[in-house]
Amino acid sequence: MTTDLNVDELLAPLPDKVRKNRSKHIVKKDPSGGSCPQIEANTRTVPGIITQRGCSYAGCKGVVVGPIKDMLTITHGPIGCAYYSWGTRRNKARADERTPPEQIYTAMCFSTDMQESDIVFGGEKKLAKMIDEAVEIFHPRAINICATCPIGLIGDDLSAVAKAAQERHGIPVIHYNCEGYKGVSQSAGHHIANNQIMERIIGTGTEKVDGKYVLNILGEYNIGGDTWEIERILGEIGYTVGSTLTGDSAYAKIKNMHRAHLNLVQCHRSINYIAEMMETKYGIPWLKVNFIGIDATIDTLREIARCFGDEDLIARTEHVIERELAAVTPEIERCRKVLKGRTAFAFVGGSRSHHYQFLLRNLGMEVVVAGYEFAHRDDYEGREVIPTIKSDADSKNIPELHVEPDPEEYRPPHLHLKMSKEKYDELAASGILNDYKGMYPDMVDGGIMIDDANHFETEELVEIFKPDLIFTGIKDKYVTHKMGLPSKQIHSYDYSGPYTCFRGAVTFAKDVAHSLSTPAWKMITPPWEQSGTGGD
Amino acid sequence: MLDCTPDKPLTEGAHTTGKINPIKTCQPVGAMYAALGIHGCLPHSHGSQGCCSYHRMALSRHFHEPAMASTSSFTEGASVFGGAANLKTSIKNVFAIYDPEIIAVHTTCLSETIGDDIPTIIKQSEIPEGRYVIHANTPSYHGSHVTGFSNMCKGIVSYLAESDGGEKKERANIFPGFVNPGDMREIRRIVTEMGVPSIMYPDTTGVMDSPMRKTYEMYPRGGATIAEIKESGNSKLTLSLGAWSSDEAAATLQAKCGVPGVPLRIPIGVRATDDLIMAVKEGFGVDVPESLEVERGQVIDTLIDTHFQYEGKTVAVFGDPDILVPLTEFLITMGMIPKYVVTGTPGNKFEKTVNGMLEEAGIEGSRVKAEGDLFDLHQWIKEEPVDLLIGNTHGKYIARAEDIPLVRVGFPVFDRAVHPLMPIVGYRGCLRLIEMISNALLERRDRDSLDEDYELIL
Repeated sequence: MTTDLNVDELLAPLPDKVRKNRSKHIVKKDPSGGSCPQIEANTRTVPGIITQRGCSYAGCKGVVVGPIKDMLTITHGPIGCAYYSWGTRRNKARADERTPPEQIYTAMCFSTDMQESDIVFGGEKKLAKMIDEAVEIFHPRAINICATCPIGLIGDDLSAVAKAAQERHGIPVIHYNCEGYKGVSQSAGHHIANNQIMERIIGTGTEKVDGKYVLNILGEYNIGGDTWEIERILGEIGYTVGSTLTGDSAYAKIKNMHRAHLNLVQCHRSINYIAEMMETKYGIPWLKVNFIGIDATIDTLREIARCFGDEDLIARTEHVIERELAAVTPEIERCRKVLKGRTAFAFVGGSRSHHYQFLLRNLGMEVVVAGYEFAHRDDYEGREVIPTIKSDADSKNIPELHVEPDPEEYRPPHLHLKMSKEKYDELAASGILNDYKGMYPDMVDGGIMIDDANHFETEELVEIFKPDLIFTGIKDKYVTHKMGLPSKQIHSYDYSGPYTCFRGAVTFAKDVAHSLSTPAWKMITPPWEQSGTGGD
Repeated sequence: MLDCTPDKPLTEGAHTTGKINPIKTCQPVGAMYAALGIHGCLPHSHGSQGCCSYHRMALSRHFHEPAMASTSSFTEGASVFGGAANLKTSIKNVFAIYDPEIIAVHTTCLSETIGDDIPTIIKQSEIPEGRYVIHANTPSYHGSHVTGFSNMCKGIVSYLAESDGGEKKERANIFPGFVNPGDMREIRRIVTEMGVPSIMYPDTTGVMDSPMRKTYEMYPRGGATIAEIKESGNSKLTLSLGAWSSDEAAATLQAKCGVPGVPLRIPIGVRATDDLIMAVKEGFGVDVPESLEVERGQVIDTLIDTHFQYEGKTVAVFGDPDILVPLTEFLITMGMIPKYVVTGTPGNKFEKTVNGMLEEAGIEGSRVKAEGDLFDLHQWIKEEPVDLLIGNTHGKYIARAEDIPLVRVGFPVFDRAVHPLMPIVGYRGCLRLIEMISNALLERRDRDSLDEDYELIL
C-alpha cells in the first residue's frame, strides 16, 4: 500500500482553524516501523462539523447499562433520549436459569417524559413516583436511573432520589449522572457507567460461581448474538462464563463478577476502567481479547489457555480450534475468492475498527483507512501512553474512582490463575496481561488512522483511496451507498450476526460477499445512457 | 416477549407517571425532517451532539436514506456559558465547508433550558450573501415530534414566505403534513391531475427517497426551493393537511401574506381524499378529471368486493394524530371496529375528534387516548384482545406477545422495506391500505386453519 496521502492537501478546503484542529486527528502508518505518532483524540468536536459522534447518555444508557436484562432502566428526562436508545443496538437477551422471562426488561423503554413544568419546578418528585410505580408493576431486582441534558442544568439530585427509593423498596436503585453534554462523546458515559457498576454492583454478591476456570467477558454487548457464540466456544473448551458486561448480562450475575479468575476485555474503550479497577481491587488479571476473525479468535483462545497454563485446557483448546476451523474453512475459502484484494474503510466503535481488520485479513481484504468516533489516544497508540494523556476541561468533568485492594476479597493474581508466583511472573513478563497495544501496530503500512472522522474527510478519503467497501454505522450507511460503495453496518450488522468466532466469520464473509456482488451495483447506469458496447 | 407486562389489568392510577414504551418522540426529529424538505438545506441541531446523532439515526433507519445535519457540539462549557459562540462558529463553518443554501436551526432541551436566544444569535452571525439561516424552537419537553415538525414548518413560513401585494395567483400551496415522501408525491399528483399548479413544502420527495445516481449529492435534487417558498405568499390558497402538523404554518402564512388556509385532514381514506378534491374543485373552480373518478370508483368497488375479509374485525391503532384521525375514519368506512385508538402526542382535541367519529358510527366501548403509551395499549389488549394492530414498528412486540397481525403505518417503520416510497394517501393509498389489511388478516386465517379448512379460492 503506497498511497501518498498529503494531509494538508486533503484538508486544504477547510477554514484555517478547522484545518489546524483536524490535521492532528489524522495519522499515517509509517512503513519504516517505529511507534505510533501522537494522535489527537477524545477532544471536543468543532461546532458545525457533521460528526458521527453521540453523547454521554448514549454511551452510558445506550451502550453500557441498557443491555443489562434484569435491571429496569428509567431515563430521567424529556421523551427523546429514552426513545432513541430503545432497541436500536440489537443487544440480544434471553431468559435463563437465573432470570425468568418476566424479569427481562430489554425490550421496554421507560422515560419520565419531563414536561415544561418539570423543567421549571424540578423533576425529582416525578422520578420518585415513576420508580414507585415501576416497582409496583414490574418487581425488578434493581433499577438504573440515567440522566439527560436538562437534569444537570436544573439540578435534580438523582443521588438523593435514588437513595430514598432504594430505602423505600429495598432494591438497589443506581443513578448515572450521564447528562449528554458531559465529556466530548459517548466515551464519558462509558466511564460514568463503569464507575457506578464497579462501585454499586460488582462485589456485592456473595454467591460462589461454579467452574474450575471462570471468565468474565467485559465490553461485549451481544449484538446479533455475538456473546452467545463466544460462550459456546469457551464452554466447549471448559471455561465457565461468570458474566458478560453487558450483553445478555443480569444484575444477578454481575454482582458476583469478582469471583472470576480472569477478565477478558473485548471492547477496550467502553470497559477498560472496570478491568483495571477489578485488577486493583480483587487482583483479577485481565486479557485483551478479540473474537472477531478466525486467526484473532485462535490467538485469543490460545492466550486464555496460556494464562492458566493447564495442559488439559491447552489440549482441549487445540482440539476445539481444529474442529471449528475444519468446519468453516471451505466456506471461508469460497468467500475469499470473491473478496481477495479488496480494500475497505472502517469507521466504527471504540474497538471494532481494530477488531474487524483481523477478520477482513482472513478474507483477503485490507482496511486502508480506520477510525473511531469516541476513542482516546490509548485506543490508537496503546496503553503505554495513558500516563502522558493530558486531561482537559472536558475530561476533567468525569469523576475518577479511587480503588484499593479489597481487604476480604483481594487475592494476588497468580492465585486467580491457579499457578505459582514464579510461573505468573513469567507470564506477566511476556506482556500479554493487562495491556493493549492499540490499533496502530495492526494497521496496514501506509494506511490512515483518523479520529472522529467527519463527512467532508470521508468523501475526500474515498476519492483518494477508492475503497471497495465501507464498514460503518447507520448515519454513514446510505451516504456511502449513494457514493456507489457498498457498506455494512458494524454497529448493528443490518439484522445479521453473530459475527464472532468461527461460525460468525462465515456469516460475516457471506454478508460482505453479498454486499459487493449484488447485481444492482452494475445496473446504476441505465441502458440508454450507456455508450458503445455498454456496461459500466 | 414483553413477559414483564402484567397479565391482569392494573388498577386505575397504577401507571400515571412518565411513559412506558412511548408512542411519541421529541420535537427536533420532526424539525429535522421538515427542514430536509427544503432544497439545499442543512438542518442544524443546536445542543450537544448526541441529539443530532439520534435524530439522524432515526430518520436514516426509517427512510433508508442519508439524513445530513450538523450540530453545535455543546460540551459542559457551552452548557454553562451559553451556546452563542458554538452556534456562530457552526454557522460560519457550515457555510464554509458544506455550502448549503440555507441552514435550518432547531433547538434541543439543552439549549432551550439554558435559554439561548436563537434569533439574536443568528442576527450576529456571519451569513454569506444570498444564503439564509432560519430557526424553530423545539424543546423536547413540550409536545412531540409532530409539534417539532409543525414548529419548523411555521419557521419556514415566518422567515421565507413573502407577498408582493399583487393579485394572488391561481395556484395552491400544499402543506402536506408529517408524511412519507411517497405520500407527498401522491398528494401533489392528485392536485396536478386537477389542473392546479402547486407549491408544496416541506417537500421531502427526491430528498428522503432519492434515486441512486452515479455520484453522491449532499443536497439531492428534491425539496422545495427557497424561491418557491418565497413565492408561496402570492398563491391563492393553502391546502393545510393535518391540524397538528400544518395548521400553524398555514395560519402564519395567512396572517403574513394573506393567503387563506383551508384546513383539511391528511387525505387517508375515501372521505378525507374526497374532501381534498372538493377543496381544490371549489377553490379553483376546476372539474374533477375522469382519471380521479376512475380511481375512486376502483376503491369503492374493492371495498364492496373485499368487505367480508375485514368487516366487523376489531382493530387497535396507534401513532400520530394527523394519521390516526383519517385512518380511523377509513377503518370505520371499511366496517371495522377501532377498539383502541392511541396517540402519544398531547392534545385534547384528538380524543374529542375520534370519539365524535366513533359515536357517529354507533361504535361503543372503544378507548381513545391522547398522550398514551404502548404499555397502556398492551394492557387493554390483554384485557380484551383485538383482531389487528395498525401502527409503527414498535408495535411488533405486542403483536408477537399477543399473536396479533400488525400492519405497519406511520413513523417510524424501521423494519420493513420500501415503506416510505409507497403512499397511503389518496384513492391509491386506500387500495394499498385495503391490500395490507386484507392480506394480513388472510395470512393469519391461512396460518391458523386446519388442513381441511385451508382454502384456495376466496
